[in-house]
Amino acid sequence: MWAAGLVLVLLGAWEAVSQLGLVDELILPAPTAVAQALVDDFDLLGPDLWTTTVEALAGLLAATVVGAAIAIAMHLWVPARKTLHPLVVGSQALPIPVLAAPLVLLLGFGLAPKVVIIALVCFFPVTVNLYDGLRAVDADRRKLLRSLRASRAQTLRLLELPSALPQAFTGLRIGAAVSVIGAVFAEWSGSDAGLGHSVLISSGQLESARTFAATVLLFGLAIAFYGVFALAERRIVTWAPRADPGGP
Amino acid sequence: MHVTVVETRHATHTAVDGVAVSGVVKRFADVEALAGVTLSVAPGEVVAVVGPSGCGKSTLLELVCGLLAPDAGTVKAPAAALMPQRDALLPWLSAEDNAGLALRVNGASKAQARAAARPYFAAFGLEDFEQARPAELSGGMRQRVAFLRTLLAGTPVLCLDEPFGALDALTRVQMQEWLAGALAREPRTTLLVTHDVDEAVVLADRVVLLSARPGRVVETLDVALPRPRRRTDPAVQALAGRALRTLGVQA
Repeated sequence: MWAAGLVLVLLGAWEAVSQLGLVDELILPAPTAVAQALVDDFDLLGPDLWTTTVEALAGLLAATVVGAAIAIAMHLWVPARKTLHPLVVGSQALPIPVLAAPLVLLLGFGLAPKVVIIALVCFFPVTVNLYDGLRAVDADRRKLLRSLRASRAQTLRLLELPSALPQAFTGLRIGAAVSVIGAVFAEWSGSDAGLGHSVLISSGQLESARTFAATVLLFGLAIAFYGVFALAERRIVTWAPRADPGGP
Repeated sequence: MHVTVVETRHATHTAVDGVAVSGVVKRFADVEALAGVTLSVAPGEVVAVVGPSGCGKSTLLELVCGLLAPDAGTVKAPAAALMPQRDALLPWLSAEDNAGLALRVNGASKAQARAAARPYFAAFGLEDFEQARPAELSGGMRQRVAFLRTLLAGTPVLCLDEPFGALDALTRVQMQEWLAGALAREPRTTLLVTHDVDEAVVLADRVVLLSARPGRVVETLDVALPRPRRRTDPAVQALAGRALRTLGVQA
């Protein structure tokens, strides 16, 4: 609600600037023009929205599976921690354009290279949060499981994974939000559909209103993704008082 | 109330039912926690270990439970179930699932563990709280769930680490009476660590007094008093006073 209020105020100011002709509409189209484009061009943007949604979800799914596997491996096995931890951190410095060419050569122009790029962008918060969550288990509870002679697998299943779940969800919520910008990077690396592609083409054609309309959809998509995971967290992590994850 | 000793993977250790700690030394880096502690717990006996903070009481329990190895000396004990300081309940599990945790670790299904735990809830004053999460329980109820979890581990020895230390004074007294009753109905070889001499005298057959760190046994008191005992009984007060004076506190 507060965010909606702030957006309304900013939109009002922006509309005023545009109506007064202070900025060229090719550079900054008026909010009403963007809204008009959203309606008029929806036949164009609707399929792009769908494409980007599918890409982002596929990338996020891949990031979750790979990130969880890496986090659990690092947690259970010291050599995996020593090998993978620096690489996980370093992966965040990889410039996407450098990766784009080899990925397109290897995997083509389809969904596969996009899933790789999106997963690369959003697996970091998923991995690091789950890993930290697994390590942050209460010492008394760990002692209890040891006194019960629990195996390593039992300790992971009965204690560490449930204990790490709230923090894992924090990682998922961040990953979900950044998966959308990951999809844009992926589409800019070579694609013929999607909102990122639409932004690129529309701005090249000086269709500023449509460029902004596509951006508005990306904005909404990130909020919706975050909201879905915040909702899932509230449904699943029902124990103990905790920080309100805060839906959108 | 009768707890069946569940067949566990500890079963091979149960040749002896008593605990024998002999000349045990334990150091952590430069800190000596225990400096040659010798004590024994006979089968079915309740022994309380009392000492000032940091005298290595918790370390002693971890040695008996096999979580630590001594630097010198020997620890002979059958399988022992630990009730850690604070309750260590798992907040995402219901009370009945927490109580049956040891059974799950020993291979029982969730349903089997629940079925084994449920019959005790009434006797433990936990009726109708089977499905409650720990956050919904009072401090005393949480300790009872934790004690039930320790009991259901089915081990010959129970190690209780300041079980009521986190409770308010009134609840603590109620819980001590409750535990005395539970142990009377269900005798177990019990090693109880506490900093509360009244609690030790009310509950134990013998009270072992440890010195400040590094911990060593200063004196062992036999509590040859009839049960049930109350902390207001003059004989209880006399022994508790003697324990305090031995520990260097004027009572």
